[in-house]
Amino acid sequence: MKDAFGIPQSLLVLGGTSEIALATARRLITRRTRTVWLAGRPSPALDRSADELRALGADVRTVAFDALDPESHEPVLGKVFAEGDIDMVLLAFGILGDQARDEREPLNAVRVAQTNYTGAVSAALVSACALQSQGHGSLVVLSSVAGERARRANFIYGSSKAGLDAFTQGLGDALHGTGVHVMVVRPGFVRSRMTADREEAPFATTPEAVATAIEVGLRRRSETVWVPGALRVVMSALRHVPRAVFRRLPV
Amino acid sequence: MSAETVSVTGWGRTAPTTSVLIRPRTYEEAAAAVRGCGARGGIARGLGRAYGDAAQNAGGTVLDMTALDRVHAVDAAGGVVSCDAGVSLHRLMEVLLPLGWFVPVTPGTRYVTVGGAIGADIHGKNHHVSGSFSRHVLSLELLTADGEIHTVPRGTPLFDATTGGMGLTGVILTATLQLQPVQTSLMTVDTERARDLDDLMARMTATDDLYRYSVAWIDLLARGTATGRAVLTRGDHAPLEALPKGKRARRQPLAFRPARLPAVPAVLPEGLLSRRTVGWFNEFWYRRAPRARTGELQTLSAFFHPLDGVPHWNRIYGRGGFVQYQFTVGHGREDTLRTIVRRLSEHRCPSFLAVLKRFGDGDPGWLSFPQPGWTLALDIPASLPGLGALLDSLDEDVATAGGRVYLAKDSRLRPELLAAMYPRLDDFRALRARLDPRGLFVSDLARRLDL
Repeated sequence: MKDAFGIPQSLLVLGGTSEIALATARRLITRRTRTVWLAGRPSPALDRSADELRALGADVRTVAFDALDPESHEPVLGKVFAEGDIDMVLLAFGILGDQARDEREPLNAVRVAQTNYTGAVSAALVSACALQSQGHGSLVVLSSVAGERARRANFIYGSSKAGLDAFTQGLGDALHGTGVHVMVVRPGFVRSRMTADREEAPFATTPEAVATAIEVGLRRRSETVWVPGALRVVMSALRHVPRAVFRRLPV
Repeated sequence: MSAETVSVTGWGRTAPTTSVLIRPRTYEEAAAAVRGCGARGGIARGLGRAYGDAAQNAGGTVLDMTALDRVHAVDAAGGVVSCDAGVSLHRLMEVLLPLGWFVPVTPGTRYVTVGGAIGADIHGKNHHVSGSFSRHVLSLELLTADGEIHTVPRGTPLFDATTGGMGLTGVILTATLQLQPVQTSLMTVDTERARDLDDLMARMTATDDLYRYSVAWIDLLARGTATGRAVLTRGDHAPLEALPKGKRARRQPLAFRPARLPAVPAVLPEGLLSRRTVGWFNEFWYRRAPRARTGELQTLSAFFHPLDGVPHWNRIYGRGGFVQYQFTVGHGREDTLRTIVRRLSEHRCPSFLAVLKRFGDGDPGWLSFPQPGWTLALDIPASLPGLGALLDSLDEDVATAGGRVYLAKDSRLRPELLAAMYPRLDDFRALRARLDPRGLFVSDLARRLDL
């Protein structure tokens, strides 16, 4: 069960090697979280992540999960939920792709969309259904500011996050009043492996800062969390910039 | 018997979960509801005054017992009442006061049910004299997981597991209580100020035995030499001759007419209770109290239940809700109490309700909270930054000192500390495993703390 501050005792991470997810898990383990499921494709990195969290004192289990195989989501996640209540599901998988190459090779672009959007739709719905029958739990979905307005530089990734973001908002409305809390997290540029070879954008942040914002969001039962918080204002201004102008902005 | 799916929280309004709420109107309906609980079980709920998650059951059933509210019989000569568990203490007072009897133990609110009072083994300002609620329970009837109704006599393991057992042994259906005789419905009250915590503790230690009821309000925002300054309020039921002659009070000495103010609105801005506003309030409250006043006549409701006059007062904490932290430490552990008060006041906890009492002997309930010593209770907005970590570290101090936190108010204890605080926890678990092998009775509290 969650405590009065919304901190879960059990956590399921979808995308078990995500740096943001691991930073979040580390933070939550220092508070109340005792059981962590890391779902991801079996790999040395997944095992390393599990070992790292185990060292902090949590009971960590890994489970083979592939975002690109939606048909497996129900049986795989069903087994996890059958083992005991999950107080929080953190949907953290996603790929950035390579915009220039993906524009030339549509199948790669499709792969980005399938991972970030289709795979997430399936995993989120399976999780939401299980949480609903528990009568409690949080579904936290990592979206991105890139989904707020498509940019020339990464519109394939951005559009997949836009779809995921809209989907999650709708899911949150659908689950309102069921005891299940749905929270969209929209970080800006996060300094991590995923962005290591990219030029840093304004309002860059870190996985740890995102983890902190998630903890605060859980406490407040927020529906949307921006990281850093100032992006809420920046993006609401950028949203309304006319396209002819937006196109020329150095964003 | 109605059934609907609702979101449920405790009085602190944190951690909502969804359950099917069933409201049985007869014992048969209650038994049918228990037998019909699905895989996620059920738990009884009264008037929802438990602060945390003791009377909610995510994804399962919650039995609202408030429709089972009959007073069966009153022995006006012997002071014994038997009633349904869904009867509130408010209702009992309405029925019993005109007959010259009062409930033996009342917490800070009248709006708790008899079943809840037993399940949490509540205490009042008279604990040092009268013990907890269960001391006055002569017998009770319990609906257990097999769907049968059992009479549970005092002195049996099932009685001791049920008093303070947070509803996890079954659904309490009826109870027979021994009452407290009173001549009037007024209180004679002595009030004095204490300039700091040591002054307060010295006054309480020296003279609490002279009073049936005793409680101290502490200003937790006072710092430095004023840390722990307090207003000490003590009293007893007023005898008939204490009432002024010729006044209405004298003509109707047992009248019970609690005042009620308008309810707190459902939506309030966040942060109404900030350090600043609570600081102003505390300053005013301390200054307003007389340095020393004796023999003041107060109504029962003003003395025992001042907040009951403001319906939905829990809403002033806003959407984020609040936590109540109540712990006890034994005599000889005053240093732990001093440390905790100092740390709370250093953390600037905006608590306008911080209450210190002395406990007398404990009662045999396995998970019963009171033990001889001191108990401090305080309300804090859940949104206060760093609160979780602060309370976690206070828990450590409490457990090290052999103390415990109160399960009826808990919403955040670390499960690992529970066994140290409640030494009979294993007996409780073993009895539950025997009595209810499928784990039919379960609550969010039970899941969270693995009770």
